[in-house]
Amino acid sequence: MSNANPAIGPLRHEGHGRSTRRRIQVWRESLISVLLRLCAFTGVAGLLLIMIFVFREALPVLMNPEIQKEASLRHFTSTLMWQPVGAVPKYGLAPLLGGTLKVVLVAMAFAVPLGVAAAVFTSEFASPRLRENLKPAVEILAGIPSVVLGFFALMVMASWIQMVTGATVRLNALNAGIALGLGVLPTIFTVSEDALRAVPKPFREASLGLGASPWQTAWSVTLPAAGAGVSAGILLGLARAVGETMIVLMASGNAAIVSGSVFDSVRTLSASIAAELAEVVFGSAHYSVLFFLGVILFVTTFAINVVAGMFVGRLRRRLAGA
Amino acid sequence: MTTQAWESGLPALPRGRKTDVAGPALSGLTGFAAFLIVAMVVVIMGNIAWFGWRTVTWEFLSAAPREGMTAGGIFPAIFGTVALVLLMVVALIPFGVGAAIYLYEYARQDAWFTRAVRFSVNNLAGVPSIVFGLFGLGFFIQFVGRGIDRGLGLDVVWGQPSLLWAALTLALLNLPVVIVTAEEALRTVPREQREAALALGATHWQTIRRVLLPQAMPGILTGAILAVSRGAGEVAPIMFTGAAYFLPYLPTSPLDQFMELGYHVFVLSTQSPDIEGTKPLLYGTVLVLLLLTFLLNLTAILLRSRMRARLAGR
Repeated sequence: MSNANPAIGPLRHEGHGRSTRRRIQVWRESLISVLLRLCAFTGVAGLLLIMIFVFREALPVLMNPEIQKEASLRHFTSTLMWQPVGAVPKYGLAPLLGGTLKVVLVAMAFAVPLGVAAAVFTSEFASPRLRENLKPAVEILAGIPSVVLGFFALMVMASWIQMVTGATVRLNALNAGIALGLGVLPTIFTVSEDALRAVPKPFREASLGLGASPWQTAWSVTLPAAGAGVSAGILLGLARAVGETMIVLMASGNAAIVSGSVFDSVRTLSASIAAELAEVVFGSAHYSVLFFLGVILFVTTFAINVVAGMFVGRLRRRLAGA
Repeated sequence: MTTQAWESGLPALPRGRKTDVAGPALSGLTGFAAFLIVAMVVVIMGNIAWFGWRTVTWEFLSAAPREGMTAGGIFPAIFGTVALVLLMVVALIPFGVGAAIYLYEYARQDAWFTRAVRFSVNNLAGVPSIVFGLFGLGFFIQFVGRGIDRGLGLDVVWGQPSLLWAALTLALLNLPVVIVTAEEALRTVPREQREAALALGATHWQTIRRVLLPQAMPGILTGAILAVSRGAGEVAPIMFTGAAYFLPYLPTSPLDQFMELGYHVFVLSTQSPDIEGTKPLLYGTVLVLLLLTFLLNLTAILLRSRMRARLAGR
C-alpha cells in the first residue's frame, strides 16, 4: 500500500525471518482480496447465468426445426388460444399477454394512488408518533409471503368481491388484481416515502414561508422534487406486479381467455409457467415455450428495473445538487 | 428591490388563503389512504388469526398429515422449511458477506467491475421469483446435476429436484438482501477504529477480521434473518427445484425432496378434493407460516433499529 516511502523501506528488511513472514503476510492479504473479489463476482455471475440458462432452454423455439413444427414465433401469433395440452397443441400468446396486462393494470390502479397518497401522508402530514406506527404496519404487509396473500384472495376476498360486484365468475381479474396490488403496495409506499423524506427541509420551509398551505407545499413543492423517486417506486412496483406468481396463480382462476372484462377469469404469463411446468416433458416443445415465457418476463422486468434505477440515480444527483 | 416588485408579490397571499378549501380535504384523503392500508392489514391478519388459532395445537405441529391431508399435522413441512432455509443460509452468508466486504473495503467505487457488481445485484433483486425457479431447473438440475451424474457414471441422483438445488436457488434469490444489509452494517463501524487498527500495524484483513466484522455482526445477522424470512415464504422458486406435494418420510440427505410450509399452503388451497374438510388445517398452516416469518422479521427489525441508533449516536 505505502511502499513508496523510502524512509520506511529499510526497516522491513532487518532480518531474514522477518522478511519471510512479511512475504507470507503479503501473499495472504492478496489471496484474501482475490477471494473477496470472487464473492462479489457471484452477483454478476448469478445474473449472467440466469440470462444464459433461461434463454438456452427457450432457444429451441427459435432454432430447432423439430420443435418449431409445433411451436415457433408464428404459432404464438396465429391463434388466440392457449391450449398446450391436446392432440394439436395451441400456443397463442394473446390470452396470456392480455391477461397479464389486465391484472397488472388493475393492480396498479389500486396500488399506485393508495401507496403514493399514504406515502405523502406519512412523510408530510403525520405526526412523528403516527409515522412510527404507520411504517411497521406497511412492513407487516411487506412481510406477508405472497402465497399467503394468494390464499387470502382465494379463500376470503374472492367471496367478498363477488358479493359486492355480483360477478358470475368468483375468481376473476379484479380479485387477482387487488390481491396483486396488496403485494406491490409496500414497494411503492416505501420507495416513495423514502424519496419524499429525502427532499431537503428548506424546500418546505421556503414554500410555507411564502404563505403556501401544507397541502400546496406537498402537492407543488415536495412531490415534484421527489418525482423521480416516486416514479422509481411505481416502476419497481410495476416490475414486481408483472413477475409475481403465487398471488395470480391462486386468485385469478387461470382460464386462458381473451376478454376485456375484469370480471372474467384470467391466466397470466407467470401463472402459466407455475401451473404447467411440473407436468411437462423435459425437452418438449411445451417445455421450451414455458421457458420462452420466462424470457419474456425476465426481459420485461429487467427493462423496467433498469429505467427505475435511472430514475433513482437522477433523484440522487438532483438532491445532491440542490 | 423596487416597491413595485413588493406590491406585485403581495396580492398572492390573501388569495392563497381564501381559496384553500380543497387543501385540508385532500390532505385528509391521503390520511384515509394510510388508514385504509392499516385496515386491510388488520383484516387479513385478524381473519387468519381468528380461523387459525384453534388448529395450532401441539399435535398439529408435531404430527404428519393423514387421510389425504385432511387430518393430522404439518411437521414434515416445518422440518422441510427449516432444513431448506438453514442450507440456504450456509450457502449464502459467506458469499454475501464476502461481496459486501469487497464492495465496501476493497473496491474502487468508479471501477467498471464495481459498477458491474452493483448493477447486477440491483437487478438480481428485481428478477421475478418464477424466473429463479426456471433457472434452478435449467441450471442446477439439468446442467449441474445431470453433469455430475454423467461425470460419475450414475443413474439420476443429482439431476433431480432436491433440497440442495432448492436451497441454492433461494440463496441466489436472497443474495442482494444479504449484500445490501451487510454493506450497511459495515458502514456503521466508526472510521476511527478502523484507522486505529491500521495505524497499530494490523494488515487490511486483520483489521476486517478483528475490528470490522465483530462490530458489523448485528447487521450481518439482520441480513441473514431477512433472507431466512423471505426464503421461508417463497414458493415459486422451489416448486420445480425440490418441494414435494406429499412425502411419507422426512428428508435425510440434501439430495432428497422435501415438504415446505408455503408450498403446503398452495397445495392445500388449490389441490384439495375436500376444501371444507381441509380448511382448518389450511388456516393453521397459514398461521404457522405467518408467525414464523413475523418472528424472524421482528428480530431483524429490532436488530436493525439498534444498529441504526448506534449509527445516529455517532
